[in-house]
Amino acid sequence: MVESLVVGRGLSKKFGDFTAVDNIDFDIHPGEAFGFLGPNGAGKSSTMRMIGAVSPPTSGRLSVLGMDPSTEGIKIRGRLGVVPQEDNLDRELSVYENLLTHGRYFHMKRAEIDVRIVDLLEFVQLTERLDDRVDLLSGGMKRRLIIARGLINQPELVILDEPTTGLDPQARHVVWDRLYQLKRDGVTLIITTHYMDEAEQLCDRLVVMDRGRIVAEGSPRELIERYSTRDVLEMRFAADQHRHAMPIIEEVAERTEDLPDRLMIYTHNADEVSAELARRGVHPVSTLIRRSTLEDVFLRLTGRQLIE
Amino acid sequence: MSLLLAGWLPPQSRPTRGAGRLIQRNLLVYKRIWLVIIAGFCEPVFYLLGVGVGLGEFVGEVTTEGGVSLSYAAFVAPGLLAASAMNGAIIESTFPIFFKLHYNRTYDAVLSTPMRVADIAVGEILWSQLRAAIYACGFLVLMYIVGLTDTLWAVVAILGALLVGFTFSAAGFAAVTFMRTWHDFDMIQLVILPLFLFSGTFYPLSVYPSFLQPIMQISPLYHGTELLRAFTLGSFDWTLLAHAGVLVAVGLVGLAITSRRLGRTLLK
Repeated sequence: MVESLVVGRGLSKKFGDFTAVDNIDFDIHPGEAFGFLGPNGAGKSSTMRMIGAVSPPTSGRLSVLGMDPSTEGIKIRGRLGVVPQEDNLDRELSVYENLLTHGRYFHMKRAEIDVRIVDLLEFVQLTERLDDRVDLLSGGMKRRLIIARGLINQPELVILDEPTTGLDPQARHVVWDRLYQLKRDGVTLIITTHYMDEAEQLCDRLVVMDRGRIVAEGSPRELIERYSTRDVLEMRFAADQHRHAMPIIEEVAERTEDLPDRLMIYTHNADEVSAELARRGVHPVSTLIRRSTLEDVFLRLTGRQLIE
Repeated sequence: MSLLLAGWLPPQSRPTRGAGRLIQRNLLVYKRIWLVIIAGFCEPVFYLLGVGVGLGEFVGEVTTEGGVSLSYAAFVAPGLLAASAMNGAIIESTFPIFFKLHYNRTYDAVLSTPMRVADIAVGEILWSQLRAAIYACGFLVLMYIVGLTDTLWAVVAILGALLVGFTFSAAGFAAVTFMRTWHDFDMIQLVILPLFLFSGTFYPLSVYPSFLQPIMQISPLYHGTELLRAFTLGSFDWTLLAHAGVLVAVGLVGLAITSRRLGRTLLK
């Protein structure tokens, strides 16, 4: 049994009457990439802030790197890397000065910081931007700089709160690539995201959160097996065909979902179902066959309604 | 000064070298925009030249509450010295701190490191005290050049100006912790202007009816003015301890409010 790096037991966070995090349990092991998945307002960021020792839990037990954040928060923060959701780079300073001041907050020596800055800027491909003001950077560059800043103290555990929200596809892939590399170097990553592809790409294990609770837990593959089917058929029908097809489809599918513009058919063998439906006279306007993704799991667990 | 006072705070809110880290950060910023510092310094200088020297020609000699007769410019100058320390402290401890707290989110980033809330509170207060001291020094040099003070007392007056700087830095930061929008900054002007006008800067408090005088004495700037006037005139007595005591007390209350409310805002 590996010693857990972060342990939460019955962890809750309340803001007045509002319960942001509701009695959750989790274990994060050294070297893994652990994801907190959930829609906006599910309690992911509140959980991250508690782990980051900047938000005292309302109740329950939390241990980070073997320490209690409420009494040893300073020590914990000294060994953590934090990549916050919002851009809180120091807009009054240059790229270099941002990293320098952050290193100083960790009480690192200036010479040591300077060496580290060279490595980090190379790591996030911002070496040429050393003396630029951060206002001049694009969204993707700012994000990479925030990641570099979070690594200044060579943390063994890095918390990333929605690391790629708002980035274009190219910038997202660059960030993912850097995070892979960190993982390869043995750094433990805690990632929150509402992007399913991100979770599938990066996370070894994850929990799905909804309204402050953990509603599912496992590896991406396990979750798909448990909460979805192997394949999904997305069929579109002409208006009059739809009602005629429904009873037949329900007979052959594991599960169906009737959406305004298409019908989702969940099954373990799409080819068989497709052939069977054709044989029984079901002729959709179009059919898309694909593998189940974490998104199917996510939507099943947290629903399609907007939570606001 | 704040460092000394901070020794009385409970251990977990006592600052470490962290306060110094924040000052280093501010130095990096001001290295680039040092001209801004000059702007706030000009106001009391204009008053000294306009009111002290200009109006002084017209007014002639005045008599202080202590019964000392002196030129009007020499009377006004220490009051403006106190006002310039207040200006420096308030400019630095309100607008930039609000920006860092709510817009730049600088302090959120700071607290993701081993820095503590007390480091931020004490660091920023020390820093704006420094700006107050810079203004005061500049003003003293000017006073010296136009012959309104002599060197020895001017050095003591810097200590007085540092104390005034501490009081208003702490009070300014404390006020910012209550502010929610930029509009709230109009309130600061609403407080600072009457302080400037009614704190014995331009005339002694004795011109007011006796029932109004205790109200005027609530103003911390009044105590700063009395302190610096005594220093620059070289007339010391025991009442100075009371004036200094009020300034220390207001500053400490400000620091306590700041640490408490800043913690609640940032570590929720």
